[in-house]
This record gives sequence, structure tokens and C-alpha cells, in this order.
Amino acid sequence: MPANARSVPSIRPPNAAPASSPLSAPTRRELLKSTGLLTGTLALSSALAGLAPSRAWALDLGTFSSHQGAVILAFSRHLYPHPTLDDAVYALVVKDLDSQAASDHAVQQIVLSGVRQLDQVGGGDWLKRPPALQLVDVESMQGTPFFVTVRSTAVVALYNNDMAFAHFGYGGQDGHLGYLHKGFNDLTWLPEPPDAASGPIPPN
Amino acid sequence: MAVQGNKIQFANDDADVVVVIGSGAGGGTLAGELAKKGIDVVLLEAGKLTPNSAFLPDEWASFKQLAWQDKRTASGTWQVARDFPTLPAWICKTVGGTSVHWAGAALRIQPHEFKTLTTYGNLPGTNLLDWPLTRAEMDPYYDRAEDKMGVTRTHGTPGLPGNNNFKVMYAGATKLGYQQCSTGHMAINSVVRDGRTHCMQRGFCFQGCFFGAKWSSLYTEIPQGQATGHMELRPESQVVRIEHDRQGKVTGVLYYDAGGRLMRQKARLVALACNSLESPRLLLNSESAMFPDGLANSSGQVGRNYMRHTTASVFASFADKVEMFKGTTMAGIISDESAFDPKRGFVGGYHMETISLGLPFYTSFLKPGAWGADFAKAIDAYAYTAGLWVVGEDMPRETNRITLNQDVKDQFGIPVADVHVDDHPNDVAMREHGFRQGAAVYLAAGAKQTYLVPPYPSTHNLGTNRMSERPADGVCNKHGQSHDIPNLFISDGSQFTTGAAENPTLTIVTLALRQADYIAGQMGQHAI
Repeated sequence: MPANARSVPSIRPPNAAPASSPLSAPTRRELLKSTGLLTGTLALSSALAGLAPSRAWALDLGTFSSHQGAVILAFSRHLYPHPTLDDAVYALVVKDLDSQAASDHAVQQIVLSGVRQLDQVGGGDWLKRPPALQLVDVESMQGTPFFVTVRSTAVVALYNNDMAFAHFGYGGQDGHLGYLHKGFNDLTWLPEPPDAASGPIPPN
Repeated sequence: MAVQGNKIQFANDDADVVVVIGSGAGGGTLAGELAKKGIDVVLLEAGKLTPNSAFLPDEWASFKQLAWQDKRTASGTWQVARDFPTLPAWICKTVGGTSVHWAGAALRIQPHEFKTLTTYGNLPGTNLLDWPLTRAEMDPYYDRAEDKMGVTRTHGTPGLPGNNNFKVMYAGATKLGYQQCSTGHMAINSVVRDGRTHCMQRGFCFQGCFFGAKWSSLYTEIPQGQATGHMELRPESQVVRIEHDRQGKVTGVLYYDAGGRLMRQKARLVALACNSLESPRLLLNSESAMFPDGLANSSGQVGRNYMRHTTASVFASFADKVEMFKGTTMAGIISDESAFDPKRGFVGGYHMETISLGLPFYTSFLKPGAWGADFAKAIDAYAYTAGLWVVGEDMPRETNRITLNQDVKDQFGIPVADVHVDDHPNDVAMREHGFRQGAAVYLAAGAKQTYLVPPYPSTHNLGTNRMSERPADGVCNKHGQSHDIPNLFISDGSQFTTGAAENPTLTIVTLALRQADYIAGQMGQHAI
């Protein structure tokens, strides 16, 4: 996709197929690597615990440093603030941008200069800036190539994965064989429509 | 009937074949019907053959698998040009065309909607025209189409059972006093029928019906046509030019095959069914010394009068769960607003139909470009959200049109279609009314919050080669036969004179059945 297409809000198909479990347990190789690494621990109560190989998660970055990854993650949280959504899901935005940057120099420059600008605003480290001021920074960057690139990536990457499906209550691939015998009409808080308006459930 | 291979192959220089371009609801049906009458047909389809067993329960992956993603541009003041500047339409490039993607709503156009100029008057800023056809002439063919497609609540076929999303619509509609709310007329099997199973309530209607319960030419008309031994399907064959002789009759087409080779297929007759963006684009790109403004364009109407229905969506969140994604996407309809009632401040009418989007598309389409806490709160309520789609008649305008964008070329170096739309004030008034009534339906059912969602990329693309009584007013006659070239036919929704309020596929299939009878008759008399 040409870089200029990002100057306008537009839907953009994801770069990769949705990850069923994008996280991995950190390996010794990754911990020794010089490129970036994002790590975290899923909350004990997280609905996502069953989708990850272990509570500790790690995301290996090919282009960005750990700090740059953390800034992008924090920026994404301000764009789409879901208080109880785990960082592990926001990390998928970083992952998507990291892979775009690896193959597209223009994207790499846009993202890195945006992170640099944020760090400057934050006196060297934007992550140390109070969240309320971070939000002001995000608002003031609207329309910039950095904002447009991160937002258009985030709105797809954040919500197009099994962890987000579990968090927000979307069935995803669970529907593949149909909800006919799995609750397609299980809503009980409203009256049942009369037979004339609906139709019979077909026999097996 | 399962997707299958060809029983016959025709030579490229066989000038006796009928060439049908596009294998969707119009082209797929026409090709199959002609083949059943013993007429030899080559069916050229730009997209790949993807059987329904390969359809994906994954919105973005399916979009990549089925959607037309070749370049197009959008211009004009409509919001789609701002929100989706490179994706003005959401239609398909695959065997079966957009009949793979459609949601299945199968409603007859109302009698007065065939006579819009007479009924609505000559509204300023419109190019309204009566169809050269009446509902009475269409009814016998509507009967055949409904029977063929298994439309619910016709010919003794029961309605589909309502899902959660329908229960919310029905509760709100009845509280509001609406009288016409049901699970509608759907070309989705409610019982096992015609060798296809019944709906399994997957909720991935837009992603292609994995079970084949929803009618699509992919697994009905096309394999039936192939089975006769009179029809050859050629997927990945993208037509780029229609050729003609010195007498001005078409002689065949040029297309790129799957290997990227430019091929010429000769033809006795060419039927164009590439949807309302590509069909006029192909006519315009086929200009010649004899036809400098493009084929079949002596009226200057090719590409004009583009219609896409006046659309909008209303979503609403509730205190309790809805899980709208469970079950048939569009199997609930309110038709009380579809009548002609200018007291509302607009002509034409609209239907409200249930719609659901999975989380990936809901977040991309709810408010394109949006971010922040309010947007996030709407997404937090996803599982508690119900949805409906407003679909109404938009006004034909000469300036709403498909033109060739000479600055943007496709993979073959050919100018792409630019889709220009400026909403008519009537469209705006209807959309506002639809937003109000849709929200009222959900508030009556107890909604906590309602969300008014702007139009998606167009799925109902109509009118760009319209039929007319007089050759000066349109591109083709009441049989889809072009006024200028007797062996060139228009066989898709681009032949619609006006858009009506109803989802167009049933009428596209109906016109194809009628056209097949006409073509066979004309060929029998050696008139073409």
C-alpha cells in the first residue's frame, strides 16, 4: 500500500492473518538478543490466560527497540483505552507496526520519528510523562503521518485476534459450524416473537 | 449442486458462442439458463474459483479471499469518498461474483417503483425515469426466480427462525407500532431444498455461505450450466475490451487469462454482467473510431445515473447480552417505511434490515477514523449490541457517475473506474429519517445508547447502463439489449432504470431469466 494512502483515514486489511496465539514464552535466545523485546505478565483473572502458552509473555521485535515498542504500546492504549484489556493485546499493534517497518522504510521513518518526537516532549522518555499529559500529546498529533499510521494499524491489529475476541465476547471461528444448536436464539430478556413473524427451527 | 469442472471447451475462434462476462447473480444465471436451452456459452470471470468449502469464518481473511481489490477511486461529496477513498464498493472478484457475498434479502420491487417519474414527478436535480417494464410483466419471472432461489415465505417455503438480533428488532418495532416486521423473504434455505442444506446460523453470510444454504450462482446456476455440456466457465479471465466489426456489431472480447496472456474470444453475442462499476468501465474502455464515446453510448448515459441505495446503520447497546454475530446476518426486516409517503419529507421509501458485524469489521466501520474513550466504550459494549441497516431508494443523477480515471491504471495499464457521488437532498432527508426511526426502534426495546453509522462501501451498485423506452434516455431496452448494438446485452444491476428500495439481487436474477428467454427467441428467429 503506498505511503500516501495513510494520509487519509481508510480501512486497511491486516498485514498478517490473525494470530491465534501471538505470544510465546520468552526464550533464552530472545532474552540475549540486542533488538527489542516486549514482555509482560497476564493478570491472573484475565480471560486470555487460556489462550497463551504461559502467563508470562514476550514479543520479539525485529526493528524497534524495547523502549520504542513500549512507547508505541502506550500510545495505542491512549488511542483505544480499554482499562481491563491486557497489554498482551496492545502488543499486537507493536508487532504489526514492527513487521511493516521491517519491509517498508517509509513506515519505519514515520514511526521512529514519531517516537523520537514524543520522547522529546517527555524530556527524554515519554513513558515517564503523566498519563493525562500523554493524552494531550496524542490529541495534538492527530493528522500527522505517525498518528495516522499507528491508528490505522491499531484499529485492525488490536481487534482482529482471538484474545480480543475473548475479551469483547465475539465468537469468531466458534461460529464456523453454526449457532443453530449453539444459542443463536438464546436471548431471554425480551418476549419471543410470534411464530408468524419468525420461522420453525429445521429438524436435524 | 457442488462446484465442478467443465464438460466442454470451446475454441477461441468459435464465433457461434455467446460470451457472458461476469458470473454473479446476473451473468451466472443468464449463462446457466442459456446452456439449459442448448445454447453454447463461454462464461468469463475475472476472479478465481473458490468453492464454498474454502470459505473462511474470518472477516479480514475472507475480504482478501473474495473482494474486488483492484484499484478504484472515489470522488464527490458523499462520505464514502472521505472514509474509503480507494474502496468505493464492497463487491466480489470470484466465481459467483457478489452473489457469494450478498446477505440473501430477496424482495420484489414495488409496482410504483417501476414508475418513479410518474409517481414522484420531475424532482429537480434528478434524472428520474419510468422503467420500460411493469411489475405485472415481471411477476411471472419473479415467481420463477423465487422458486429457483428458495425464497422464504414464497411458494410454501417457511420463514427462517429469528435470532437474537431479530428478537431485539421485533420487540422495538412492535412497541413502535410497526406492522410489517418478520424474518422476511430470504434466499436462504429454511429447509433442505434443491440439493442444498438449511441455514446453520453461522453468522458469516457476508463471507460466503460455507454450507451453501444461501443461494449463490457459484453452486447453483454455474454447475448446472456446466452439467449441460453447453457452458464453459473460465475463471481468472479478465475482459479488457469488447470488439466490433465495421457494421457495428460486436464480434468478441479481449481478456487476460490466468497466465497473464492476452486472449481473444470470438462471439455471436456478448452479455455484460460485471456489476455497475466495471460494466460501464468496460464499455467506455472499448471506445473505437466508430464509437468514440464508448460502446452503446449514443445516449451519453453509459456510466451515468449511478445509484447505491440510501444507506445507514443504527447499532444500539443494551443492559443484557445480544451477541448479534450469532446467526443469519440479515434475517429481520421492517417494511413499514417502504411505501411512497411524501409527508415524511422525501420521495421513495426504505426498509430496515438486521445487520451484524464481527468485532474486526465493527471496529473498522462503526466510525471510520475514530479513536478515543467514547469509541472504546462503544466497543466494550460489543456483546450487548444489536444492529440494523437502512436501505432505501436513492435518486438517479446524471452527475453521479462512473468515469475513467486516466491518472490511475490497473495491473493491465487500463484506466480504473472513478465513482463520483453527490447525495441528493432527498437522499439526505431519507437517511436522517432512517437514523431517527432506527434509533427509535432500539430505544423502544430499551437501548442504553444508540450509534448512527455512516454508509459502508457500496454493495448495491446500480443504474449505470439503464434501460429506457427511448434510446435517447438510456443504454438498453426492456430486455437489456443495448439500443445501439443488437448483439450486445446488459445483464446485471447496471440496467436498472431506478434503484427502488429493495435489495437488488432478486430483480437481477429475474431480469436474467427474462433475458435468457428473449435471447433464445431472438436467436431462434435469427434476429441476432
